[in-house]
Amino acid sequence: MATRAVITLPARIKAGEAFEVRATVAHAMETGYRTADEGTRLPRDLVRRFECRLDGELVFAADLFAAVSANPYLAFWLRAEKSGELSFSWRGDKGFEHRETRPLVIA
Amino acid sequence: MKRREFVLTGAAFALLPEAQASDDAMRAAIRAWAGREPVAGVLKIDIAELVENGNAVPVRVMASEPVVGLALFTPLNPEPDVVHVTLGAGSARPEFSTRMRLARSQRIVAVAKAADGRCWQTGVDVIVTLAACVEP
Repeated sequence: MATRAVITLPARIKAGEAFEVRATVAHAMETGYRTADEGTRLPRDLVRRFECRLDGELVFAADLFAAVSANPYLAFWLRAEKSGELSFSWRGDKGFEHRETRPLVIA
Repeated sequence: MKRREFVLTGAAFALLPEAQASDDAMRAAIRAWAGREPVAGVLKIDIAELVENGNAVPVRVMASEPVVGLALFTPLNPEPDVVHVTLGAGSARPEFSTRMRLARSQRIVAVAKAADGRCWQTGVDVIVTLAACVEP
C-alpha cells in the first residue's frame, strides 16, 4: 500500500515572514510493547527520523521515539526570502522511507 | 464495586510487570541529549492538564530564546525519550508541535539547547484518565 502523507502550508507566504508547516505521515508507530490477540508481542515498527529541507538545506529535523503517536504529526515554523522547494522525508524501521516535495511560492 | 475490591484491583494493576522508565532514566536521557544539566526557565509546554486518552495528546513546546534543539521527555512512559527536534537556519520560531502518547499521569519535561551549549528545562503535570499502550 502506498504511504500517505499530508503536508499543510499557508495559501500565501510573504518573504521574510514566519509560516507554519504541518506534516503527517500514515504510520502505525508500533511501540513493541503491545501484544496481539494471540498473546505474541507485536514487533517494534517506528518512524525514526523526519527531515525537512529547503532547497537541500536542513531547516527542521526530528528524531522520533515510541512515545510519538501513530501517524506522527509535526508542526514547525519556517521563514524564507525567496521561492524554492521544500522536501520532506520520513525514515524508519523495516526500511520505511517516504518522501514528499512541495513548491514554496513566496508572494 | 466495594472499596476493598477496588483497592485490590488497583494493586493488581500496579503489580503488572510493565516496562517503565524512571526519573533517573529520564535525567540520564536528558543529559545524553543536552550534554549537561539544564537549568530552569525559557521554555513553555502547551498541553492539556487533564487528558482523556493518552494515545494522542497534542503538545506544543515553545522557547523564548533562540535555540538549535528542543526535546521532550517523560519519566513514566516505557522509555524516557519522546522526540528530539533540530532547528536549522530557516527556522522562524523556536517551537514545535506534535502528538504524543502518555502511559500514565506524570510530569513531562521539555528541554531546549542553545547554539552556545546553554540549556534549559521545564516540566508540566498531566493527568491521564485512559492511558496509551494498554489497548490491544
